[in-house]
Amino acid sequence: MEATIHMIILSMLLAVAIAIVRIKDLFAVVMLAGIYGLLSATFFVLMDAMDVAFTEAAVGAGISTLLMLTALSMTGRYASTGSSYKPLLALGLVVFTGAMLIFGTTDLPSIGDPQSPVNTHVGYDYLATTPEDIDIPNVVAAVLASYRGFDTFGEVVVIFTAGIGVLALLMRTPLNTSAVASMRDHVVLRVVAKMLIPLILLFGLYVQFHGEYGPGGGFQAGVIFASAFFLYAMLFGLGAARKVINMTLVRLLSALGVLIYGSVGLVSMLNGHNFLDYNALAANPIDGQHYGIILVELGVGITVASVMIIIFFTFSSRSQNEGDSD
Amino acid sequence: MLTHYLSWGLLVLGGFLCVSGAIGLLRFPDFFTRMHAASVTDTLAAGMIMCGLMLQAPSWIVFAKLVMILVFILLTAPTSGHALAKAALHSGMKPLLPDSKHAQGGL
Amino acid sequence: MFTAAAIAVLVAMGLALVRAFAGPTLYDRILAVNVFGTKTVLLIAIAGFLTGRPEFLDIVMVYALMNFIAGIGILRFFEYASAKEATSQNQIKEH
Repeated sequence: MEATIHMIILSMLLAVAIAIVRIKDLFAVVMLAGIYGLLSATFFVLMDAMDVAFTEAAVGAGISTLLMLTALSMTGRYASTGSSYKPLLALGLVVFTGAMLIFGTTDLPSIGDPQSPVNTHVGYDYLATTPEDIDIPNVVAAVLASYRGFDTFGEVVVIFTAGIGVLALLMRTPLNTSAVASMRDHVVLRVVAKMLIPLILLFGLYVQFHGEYGPGGGFQAGVIFASAFFLYAMLFGLGAARKVINMTLVRLLSALGVLIYGSVGLVSMLNGHNFLDYNALAANPIDGQHYGIILVELGVGITVASVMIIIFFTFSSRSQNEGDSD
Repeated sequence: MLTHYLSWGLLVLGGFLCVSGAIGLLRFPDFFTRMHAASVTDTLAAGMIMCGLMLQAPSWIVFAKLVMILVFILLTAPTSGHALAKAALHSGMKPLLPDSKHAQGGL
Repeated sequence: MFTAAAIAVLVAMGLALVRAFAGPTLYDRILAVNVFGTKTVLLIAIAGFLTGRPEFLDIVMVYALMNFIAGIGILRFFEYASAKEATSQNQIKEH
């Protein structure tokens, strides 16, 4: 039963992937990429990986569709057709490498094998020691924020660097506030959006602080928080959105998230322990772990939300500038 | 026991509405008729399936989350259907009338 | 009973995908993607009850939200593209 559903979803993924490669209308490709993202999210749900499914649903199916559409509005809509360049040597090399990789996967342990390294080394240790050391139900949050907190610090810095890169590359002209397509006559959409935006922000806060007890955490909450601002910017125009949230503040906030994360580690060091050792933050080590995880996830959420807002506003204002200068 | 049968009935009815809406999406002749089939049955099927699941909810928080998701779907599915139909109408697509030729404009 | 509803929703998703591949106009494809998104929301909710773990109603909420926002984004893209075409055609007419 489960295997049939898995096979159906995987074959749908394959069909969508083939269609993405073959279709020349880039707009259809972007929508199919959105479908691919949500099929992947469903597959992760069926494989019982909740946090990954959460992030894939938020980022892969929603935000990346929006960002690709904004990029598409700056370039052409149809891919160029009829190229006579046929790279057979490269195709042969890729097929050979793929075959070697598939041959290599026959050596991997099967899913759920109790003797595999995933289940006998640190994976099993984390599952066993999380209730004693950290005492939160969501083991993924425990591993992400506490046991492997340094890796997560690297991820936050990568996201921050992406925001800086977008600003450095695309922020060429001063951001003007002319609103070309502000959808002024969509009264129904505006009313519904005004009702929904506070609830979306509240849901983002719920996901942020509930990440220790269920699926969620800083990354997902940041994306949800940013999506409320995207909705406002799309329906009321970029100028109105910039009055709501100041771009300088957003840039400061994106750095503030990384600063919070690093400061938690530094406070641990100043108390004599290792970097990002949360036991040093309070008298009771378990309380220290809780404080550390909340602060660290808050830093992640702040950085992710502000970087997403930076990227979207920079892309949109750039595409409006291109449109106005025609 | 009554709630069990009621939820079973609602789930089966919701599933049937899903499939019939998708068949309508495939077989209707024109964009606007397809949109009517898709969005009406979509919202109603979502409502029925959610109500069926609500009757089987194991705890109050699951019930509350299902209510919130139902309210969200009821607010947003008709709205995006309306926005799509309005965009199609403004871009020149004409509905299939019995006395006109089959005209499909738009992108 | 949950499996019956799940199979029905999967069949509906497959049919919507056929329409997404074969829609003659673009708006048919957008409609099919919308339907596909709502059906995925229902499928994940039913799958949660099927596997006995209703905690992932949060994922359902997020996906419903992203479906709505991506749909609005697609429509905004269209308005922007048609407004750009209209202004460029006006400029061509003026010259």
